[in-house]
Amino acid sequence: MQVPAPFEYERATTVDHAIGLLDRLGSSARLVAGGYSLLPMMKLRLANFEYLIDINPLHDELGYIRINPDEVRIGALTRHRELLESDELARAFPIFRDAEKVIADPVVRNRGTLGGSLCQADPSEDLSAVCTTLDATCVIRGARGTRVVSMEEFHVGPYETAVGDGEMLTEIRLPVRDGGGSAYEKVERRAGDWAVVSAGAAVWLRDGTITDARVGLAAVGPNTTGIREISEISQGREPSEELYEQAGAIAARTCSPVTDQRGSEAYKRHLADELTRRTLRKAVERARS
Amino acid sequence: MQVTMTVNDAEVTREIEGRLLLVHFLRDVLSLTGTHWGCDTSNCGTCVVLMDGEPVKSCTVLAAMAAGHEIRTVEGLASNGELDPIQQGFMKNHGLQCGFCTPGMMMTCRALLDRNPDPSDMEIREAISGQICRCTGYATIVRSVRWAAVHEAQEVVTP
Repeated sequence: MQVPAPFEYERATTVDHAIGLLDRLGSSARLVAGGYSLLPMMKLRLANFEYLIDINPLHDELGYIRINPDEVRIGALTRHRELLESDELARAFPIFRDAEKVIADPVVRNRGTLGGSLCQADPSEDLSAVCTTLDATCVIRGARGTRVVSMEEFHVGPYETAVGDGEMLTEIRLPVRDGGGSAYEKVERRAGDWAVVSAGAAVWLRDGTITDARVGLAAVGPNTTGIREISEISQGREPSEELYEQAGAIAARTCSPVTDQRGSEAYKRHLADELTRRTLRKAVERARS
Repeated sequence: MQVTMTVNDAEVTREIEGRLLLVHFLRDVLSLTGTHWGCDTSNCGTCVVLMDGEPVKSCTVLAAMAAGHEIRTVEGLASNGELDPIQQGFMKNHGLQCGFCTPGMMMTCRALLDRNPDPSDMEIREAISGQICRCTGYATIVRSVRWAAVHEAQEVVTP
């Protein structure tokens, strides 16, 4: 039987209450939202905390998707199912629905949250790749104020984030630009599994020319990686198969996969190449329609 | 710590450890052993119960997190001595062989029909995609849920 080590359970009633608890308890406390990543780690005793602070009651405060003309704001406690089912979000960023369809299974998606996914900081985690692709920023709140960090700053290493003791991730912000399209593809060994490799792409077009293109990969490095070189070679060009091929080659070359039970390094580089091409192609199609 | 929740329409209050998982609370504390305990890693889905009407994998929910919520287990499906249409569907369509995955399957499918009274075969397969039947009897499970959907619809029209 897998049982977590003993801890004290606390239930937060408001964001301020949660931050107050975190501020008082420091590194001995951890927030739990959906729990489908954290509780298995605690059962395996890979993670041990003296206090677990349940933030599910904060869903009214932190479960939202707000679509503004220049920015989409998503509360950290927004559940996978809400992200999957939001037509407004799918219109603004179809990449979210692509990714949500292949994250875990419907029962897990009932509970798991955007903030929990990002804070888990698993290198194979899909929403981290989505947020990296979309150039998201993360709002982190603590007793001494609020700060906003980029995805690159947010992920410090595998299972490690910029969220300090006494702080919590409260919101994810996604900049909206005209002429955008986005897509996500994942290769997994079986339905609902972690990615062998997955790729997200977002493209912005003006008069048929790419003003910006971003690719984010999961499971091929210590954290989800955004590939700057692809953005650089794409800007100012018209979309073409030749461009997708170049971008795929860059993805394969610059990522850093390791051979493990999910596949060999060479296979993962091949997937990074192929998935980069496919998602860029689809993102362009969507940007045009 | 003390928790109070509603399980199959009855309020229960117990003294528990914070680390107690909902599946063990149901099985060991309340002796509701209809909910099965399988993989312990939220993969197999035999431990699915409904929390406020939505399926959750109870091996990965703390009993403390369920406090104040309404839990429904397989024991709460039948009412007034009559089996739920889902249960009848499984019975009439050979929806189980060994029966180990059955409670979780039935709870997920009950929630599916509550949201979508006329699901397609694909929608049923999607709904149970987080659950494993090692007898591999998926075809008859899908048939059982379709049976339940059709018979529930008929019940609504016949006064």
